[in-house]
Amino acid sequence: MMENYLAPLTGGLLIGAAAVALLYCLGRIAGISGILWGAVSGQADNAWRWLFLCGLVLGAALYHQLSGAPAPTPAALDWPWAVSGGLLVGFGTKLGSGCTSGHGVCGIGRLSTRSLVATLVFMATGILTVYLLRHVLGGSL
Amino acid sequence: MKALLALLCGILFGVGLALSGMTDTAKVLGFLDLFGNWVPDLIFVMGGAVCVTLVAFHFVLKRQRPLLADAFTLPSRKHLDPPLLAGAAIFGVGWGIYGYCPGPALSALYYLDTNTVIFVIAMLAGMALAGRLGKAGAAD
Repeated sequence: MMENYLAPLTGGLLIGAAAVALLYCLGRIAGISGILWGAVSGQADNAWRWLFLCGLVLGAALYHQLSGAPAPTPAALDWPWAVSGGLLVGFGTKLGSGCTSGHGVCGIGRLSTRSLVATLVFMATGILTVYLLRHVLGGSL
Repeated sequence: MKALLALLCGILFGVGLALSGMTDTAKVLGFLDLFGNWVPDLIFVMGGAVCVTLVAFHFVLKRQRPLLADAFTLPSRKHLDPPLLAGAAIFGVGWGIYGYCPGPALSALYYLDTNTVIFVIAMLAGMALAGRLGKAGAAD
């Protein structure tokens, strides 16, 4: 039972360490949606954003290459779900100024009320969405 | 130096995401399936990360400035407002539909699955749309 928790916990500790290192070194919050938007919208002093984002992909590559862990099975969902999910995630994180990392990991770490509330809200609507799709409309989709 | 450290922070973050299971949409949707066959493992991702930031941010933010910049760049808004609540609610719906939040979606580009690429492009389009609305709202 315990081994199910070891990888998520270790991964979480690494994510936290990365957020602390970015704040300590660059003075920046490791909020992925904010960094991504800053990078593509061409803000000044942008190199660090692109390099951080490249690091996210390289980090996944490094983990799978070194551990030999297979890539996760691709989602069994057709492309319209990827489009609608992606649109809502992008729209919502821009409007709400953050995502799981910016609000969840960093915002709560700074004891921000806004971030704590945002995290509770997106957890709740995420849970509600899965409930509706799986157990109310269940299987018909 | 700043560039190198940003890259290293990104790599560390990416290793954490892949190791934790956050890039596996089936695991994420299982975690959000609280009223079904709930898989609680991923609570340790957020739990572990927040334990680190809660303790370490306290000490980092006591410093006068970061190592390689003149000042800390932190969000200035303190109060709850409709965009925050609506945005978070909409984000959660998208997360529950597909199982990716922004970080894992980007890390998962490594797997070269077409739908992940589509998700990321749609995510950028969604951000651009919200950005335009924000500008239009500010002009009113």
